[in-house]
Amino acid sequence: MTSQAQIPARGHGTGAQTLIGLMFRAEAVLIPVGALLAGAAAFSLFLLAIGKSPAEFYALVWKAGFSSAFSWQNTLSRVAPLVLAALCVALPARLGLVIIGGEGAIVLGGLAAAVTGTAVAGLPAGIGMVTMALAGMALGGLWIGTIGALRIKRGVNETISSLLMAYIAIALMNHFVEGPFRDPASLNKPSTAPLEAGLRVGDMPFVAAHWGVVAGVLACLFCWILIERTTLGFAARIAGDNVRAAQVQGLPVSRLVIGFTALGGAFAGLAGYFEVAAVHGSANASLIAGYGYTGILVAFLARHNPLAILPVAVLLGGFEASSGLIQRRMDLPDATIQVFEGMVFVIILLSEALYGRLRIFTPAFWEHR
Amino acid sequence: MTTFTPLNRRRFLGASTAALGAAALGGLSRPAMAADNLTVGFIYVGPKDDFGYNQAHAEGAAAVKAMAGVTVLEEENVPESQDVQNTMESMINFDGAGLLFPTSFGYFNPHILELAPKYSDVRFEHCGGLWTEGNPTNAGSYFGYIGMGQYLNGVAAGHASKTKKIGFVAAKPIPQVLNNINSFLLGARAVDPTITCQVIFTGEWSLAVKEAEATNALADQGCDVITCHVDGPKVVCETAVARGAYVCGYHADQSPLAGDMYLTGAEWNWASVYTDMVAKTMAGEPIDNFVRGGLADGFIKMSPLGPAVSDTARAQFEAVKAEIVAGGFAAIKGPLKDNKGNVIAAAGEGFVETDVKLESMDYLVEGVLGSTS
Repeated sequence: MTSQAQIPARGHGTGAQTLIGLMFRAEAVLIPVGALLAGAAAFSLFLLAIGKSPAEFYALVWKAGFSSAFSWQNTLSRVAPLVLAALCVALPARLGLVIIGGEGAIVLGGLAAAVTGTAVAGLPAGIGMVTMALAGMALGGLWIGTIGALRIKRGVNETISSLLMAYIAIALMNHFVEGPFRDPASLNKPSTAPLEAGLRVGDMPFVAAHWGVVAGVLACLFCWILIERTTLGFAARIAGDNVRAAQVQGLPVSRLVIGFTALGGAFAGLAGYFEVAAVHGSANASLIAGYGYTGILVAFLARHNPLAILPVAVLLGGFEASSGLIQRRMDLPDATIQVFEGMVFVIILLSEALYGRLRIFTPAFWEHR
Repeated sequence: MTTFTPLNRRRFLGASTAALGAAALGGLSRPAMAADNLTVGFIYVGPKDDFGYNQAHAEGAAAVKAMAGVTVLEEENVPESQDVQNTMESMINFDGAGLLFPTSFGYFNPHILELAPKYSDVRFEHCGGLWTEGNPTNAGSYFGYIGMGQYLNGVAAGHASKTKKIGFVAAKPIPQVLNNINSFLLGARAVDPTITCQVIFTGEWSLAVKEAEATNALADQGCDVITCHVDGPKVVCETAVARGAYVCGYHADQSPLAGDMYLTGAEWNWASVYTDMVAKTMAGEPIDNFVRGGLADGFIKMSPLGPAVSDTARAQFEAVKAEIVAGGFAAIKGPLKDNKGNVIAAAGEGFVETDVKLESMDYLVEGVLGSTS
């Protein structure tokens, strides 16, 4: 993380101070954007090396992801799970934990929501939907919270354990969907019983994307306020920067770790709820769609800033939306977009080393003009 | 880290709204379907060169590609999630597809069911046989009775096996898969009633490591002919051959992988089904919403018999095949018990391939070693 202490006082100050403040803030935007462009440039070389046109590639990304109402619908339909999955990475990351197993919480959250959905069938739809969402969040939170607890209480590496627990989560989901909670009518595709129509989440007006997008936006706002504007978030950031210092200060580090990981897991569980209630209508193996893994990329690109997660998720949603058109028009394999995303990801990680090193963003550079 | 100032956010939202508005005004261009040219989209859940399920469909697509006036679109590795809806809409909106073949089982409900009413002039043909009365009429489903192919595999296996143990690597204990396992064993028992078939379920449609482990485990137990029902039989074939076991193929022709160890294989014949459906669509003729067929209808076919198939085996194989093509042949027929001792069919009772009872199969027949749960 950048050292926040260097930020000049807000609001009042001379023009020079305002400029210095702006440049400091600009660092957080310009470096990721620069890295994104550098990634795009590197990928262009890759395309040229295999005899394809980078111009056509980016034109197709624009066309498929952002050029028309349909493109936006295609892009936005991927945003909700990406945003919520990214929060599952970003929240623990502010405490210095690298959690990469959000997929497990999504899958289990979806399962919990679907099973709850059959149990609340008789209740009013509003109550039923809230109960389902809470069930998904609870199981997702428990799952990732356990990883946080293992880390802080037993010193188990959270990156490895979250990844491995994602496999366990998928196996559990398969077991329950094919066993105890299987709808006997789902013969060749084992699934839980279909949700009642009243419990399904519909599309937003004017945009053919479901309400999960709004939930994602609210979740990001909530997380931003939590991290940047509350003492709890402040404590978490301190613990993330220097856990020893936080402990010496008497901050409740282990409760913070468990709380933030559980909250991240709850958002991933919520993504699972929306996948079930808005897209699939029941829980089955289709829940394993990889959003948890793309969410890692979103969170890192956004440098774990909840507000930056939104535009980044839209950008990546657009990239993924263009995958099909690129396959069909340029005769490239479906992995092309993943190669592109991977290159951008690596360069973004490399760019982390630049923070505080570029003189143009330092107060010293501007004070002498 | 207040990266995004209100100004930036507002600008971003403004730009997105403008883009949405402009696009809405412009409207989406979707070329109307013309009789003399048709754009056909194929969507696969895995890679189209998987030597299996997806390759079988891609071979069908290749046959369609050769037809005059047809443009073929293909997309592989499309998950059974919102992604497939996006892919279908993208093919319709950007490329003017008039006929879609979303080929994976999980694409139907809810994805095709949701999109079909929205695009009433596009035809959605789904592989899996799920269409029922009340579903959108511009959607349809087709499937083939491939269990008979596994029965014929069993006949070839029964002759080739010396240990009298044959093996089956299966994905999930669902009716389609169980029917294949049972048919494979019953085909082999038509040769020698003492043969047993060990089945191992991997739990996933595509999980190479487990498929290799399962194949090795079968070979360790002495199974000397192995077949499978997973999405891509490549791993099973190559592992089986490496262990010196004969292979019966599934989905597509795996003889390039198994060489001389390849006995035969139960293959989909989508080329015949797809060219027929595309020709009908171009001629403006209706396609039935619910289509099924077997060997006789050109929905499935058998790989050419390999060099390891003896003359006696060949003779019985051809005789049984002729019987199946003639119609009325039942693989599941009495007296027959399941492997827990329950009666499946009384003496004189039989279920032909078209019998709906077979579609809710939840048992393994006597002689299959393994369990559905």
